[in-house]
Amino acid sequence: MALDDKKNGEFKVVGTRPNRPDGVDKVTGRARFGADVSAPGMLHAAIVRSPHAHAKILKIDTSRAMASKDVKAVVTRADFAEGLEGDDLNVLENVMAGEKALYDGHAVAAVAATSPLAARDAAKLIDVTYEILPHVTDVDKAMAKDAPVIREGAADKSVPPGLHPNVVRYHESGHGDVEEGFAQADLVIEDSFVTEAAHQGYIEPHACLAQLDADGKGEVWCCTQGHFNVQKICAKLVGTDASQIRVTASEIGGGFGGKTAVFIEPVALALSRKTNRPVKLVMSRAEVFRATGPTASTSMDIKIGMTSDGKITAGQGTFRLQGGAFPGAPMEFTAMCAFAPYNLENVFQVGYDVMSNRPKQAAYRAPGSPMAAFAVESVIDELCSQLGLDPIEVRLMNASKEGTKASYGPRFDRIGLVETLEAAKAHPHYSAPLAEGLGRGVSCGFWFNHGGETAVTLALSEDGTAALSVGTPDIGGSRASMCQMVAEELGIPYEKIRTTVADTATLGYNEVSHGSRVTYASGLAAINASRDAVEKLCGRAAAKWGIDPEAVYWDSGYAKPSGPNAGDFEPLALADITKNMGATGGPIVGHFEATPEGAGVSFATHIVDARVDKETGKTSVERYTVVQDAGKAIHPTYVEGQYQGGAAQGIGWALNEEYIYGEDGRLQNANFLDYRIPVASDLPMIDTVIVEVPNPGHPYGVRGVGETSICPPLAAIANAVSGAAGVRLKQLPMSPPRILEALDVQANG
Amino acid sequence: MVEVNLWSGLRTHAGGNLKVDVEATNIGEMLAQLAQTHPGLAPFIEAGVSVAVDGRIIANDLTEPIYPDTEIYLIQQLKGG
Repeated sequence: MALDDKKNGEFKVVGTRPNRPDGVDKVTGRARFGADVSAPGMLHAAIVRSPHAHAKILKIDTSRAMASKDVKAVVTRADFAEGLEGDDLNVLENVMAGEKALYDGHAVAAVAATSPLAARDAAKLIDVTYEILPHVTDVDKAMAKDAPVIREGAADKSVPPGLHPNVVRYHESGHGDVEEGFAQADLVIEDSFVTEAAHQGYIEPHACLAQLDADGKGEVWCCTQGHFNVQKICAKLVGTDASQIRVTASEIGGGFGGKTAVFIEPVALALSRKTNRPVKLVMSRAEVFRATGPTASTSMDIKIGMTSDGKITAGQGTFRLQGGAFPGAPMEFTAMCAFAPYNLENVFQVGYDVMSNRPKQAAYRAPGSPMAAFAVESVIDELCSQLGLDPIEVRLMNASKEGTKASYGPRFDRIGLVETLEAAKAHPHYSAPLAEGLGRGVSCGFWFNHGGETAVTLALSEDGTAALSVGTPDIGGSRASMCQMVAEELGIPYEKIRTTVADTATLGYNEVSHGSRVTYASGLAAINASRDAVEKLCGRAAAKWGIDPEAVYWDSGYAKPSGPNAGDFEPLALADITKNMGATGGPIVGHFEATPEGAGVSFATHIVDARVDKETGKTSVERYTVVQDAGKAIHPTYVEGQYQGGAAQGIGWALNEEYIYGEDGRLQNANFLDYRIPVASDLPMIDTVIVEVPNPGHPYGVRGVGETSICPPLAAIANAVSGAAGVRLKQLPMSPPRILEALDVQANG
Repeated sequence: MVEVNLWSGLRTHAGGNLKVDVEATNIGEMLAQLAQTHPGLAPFIEAGVSVAVDGRIIANDLTEPIYPDTEIYLIQQLKGG
């Protein structure tokens, strides 16, 4: 559905900042999250997890646990469906180990008991006999010749011959001749970079309540970014029909990509089937760290050539990502996003998806892109520094525009990178004098965005109000923006509309809330459903007036005759039509079911000022500005919130967050004391600038904003820290020990 | 006839070609023709690909029309977080 230029610029509700409909419930504690649901007679579950990074499961003895009167059932892999293949088998393997435990924390059994304590105690009584196998958790070591093989035969056909079996997918893309490009450069810099795995760090652990009857009918209540996906996967893993399982999404305490995956719901269903009682399963924080997906860790080599006046002549990148014990590390996105901000004649990028003995990585805001930006934008910063060039001017000189051949192939449609760079350049932050001891960093970032399968319904009530049902869990204030778009179309007040995240029995399939798609795709669907309802409203008015439906138009909440030839009739308000709808043709409901494919790509530019204490290695981020293209901001406050959230998470990833594994392959810091996410006192006020270059693929011009905001921070902060420290930081996180080590290496060679 | 640009990692699976011509009027036909004329590409198409049509990335819709002058790029299937 194309941009509606006539509509654009005449908004009455879109672009305003009304209170979010779920706000009061959330601040008063009334909102119900995953762990808040209960059912009469429910049991509580606990999962037995492998303490080993890699081990063969020789025997599982449940007799001691089952001897307890409080224990009602134990499930192991034998209680799940057989014969699954491909991705379905991978999900099952991750949900419940088969022959081998593949990482520290891998589920090997689960128990249901009459209380949470009884369940946890019973889990300790399940005796698992392991044969410990050699393990590997580092991406480069996992690719080495002598690395232990995680799973034989896991590689797909993209992998060239001769690579270690742990390399399971390979990507290569680009155009031009990079060697010729490097020959044209006045300066070529080649360097290597490393990033550690960071967790999405959502505050709410995974939780669910599930019931599965002997006839295969089931119910699941859970916190998830995609309850239709939960339905599909659960049905496969427990061996029933998808339509027989109804899944309801709770309020969600953060997801950021990590709740697009399924971990516990099939386990609770399998326990429920065995006990014929509802089963509640809530992860501890340690389980969240050990057994759900952080992002991939990386090892990257970058080579960029530049002329003395700042033109990039060639860019080349090699990106090695470990994604845990299963295929899926998003190395193709890392490779495709790496040079996307720049118009390059010569570019070549290679990606490796590598398995290791870690939990299966899960999506994390713009999966793969932030790491690429860290490596590429660090080298661009170094080139600018050595050539004495302004970092924003260089980026402007090389920026991708409409018609640029993207580094990953196709030509860009209308995009807003130049506009973000111009806005950053004009921002007072960029021209503010830099105090002694501070470094200033700049970075661009890119993400594709996504549309996906979407279905909504809009039911009008007799009193002239409207109820919108969507299938995309609200992870960022989307219910407010949906109400705004419906209000805009129907011409009734925002407060007269309620948006509900409907369960899987109510709507057609909806893809998960990922890919920054919700405001774009569900919003587009809400607009179309509104227009569908408006067409029906106009039809009812036409019937009342005895004229053709085409002779009626909708204006600001009223059906009106389209001109003198249509007749002279008093306009009919929406409520005038709906109050009699039962007697004039029945309920009026607007529908939209489709797969919108016009999600416009998005760019951002960030500016950071940071101070480094050279005695302790501690970094303070003192000023931060986010400039990003939103296409059209439906609710500017929530757009700004996404910008700030991406920057805040980026600050954590850049400075402190990392998965630390011991020599034994066990995760050393599976709690928020040792895995340090930023708190309010670590952050400056994050300034935001919303740039609006309309997306041609949305009627209002919306582009997704949830992910691009985390693409530039790692690089922008690294550039600021490197400037402040006087030494290039090439490994994340830039924690105090790493900064001190870099300073020491610089001082002592 | 439409010209389909492949990502370079697919070259070895398409007889050394980076561009492949197929008879197709929409994405579904194009992918089916690609898999038929270049069986080495079939596993990748089966695993899922996105298609950029004049710069617009089509992630799912097989009915999207394409024309002889359409710029078509196969890219790896998009997901998000």
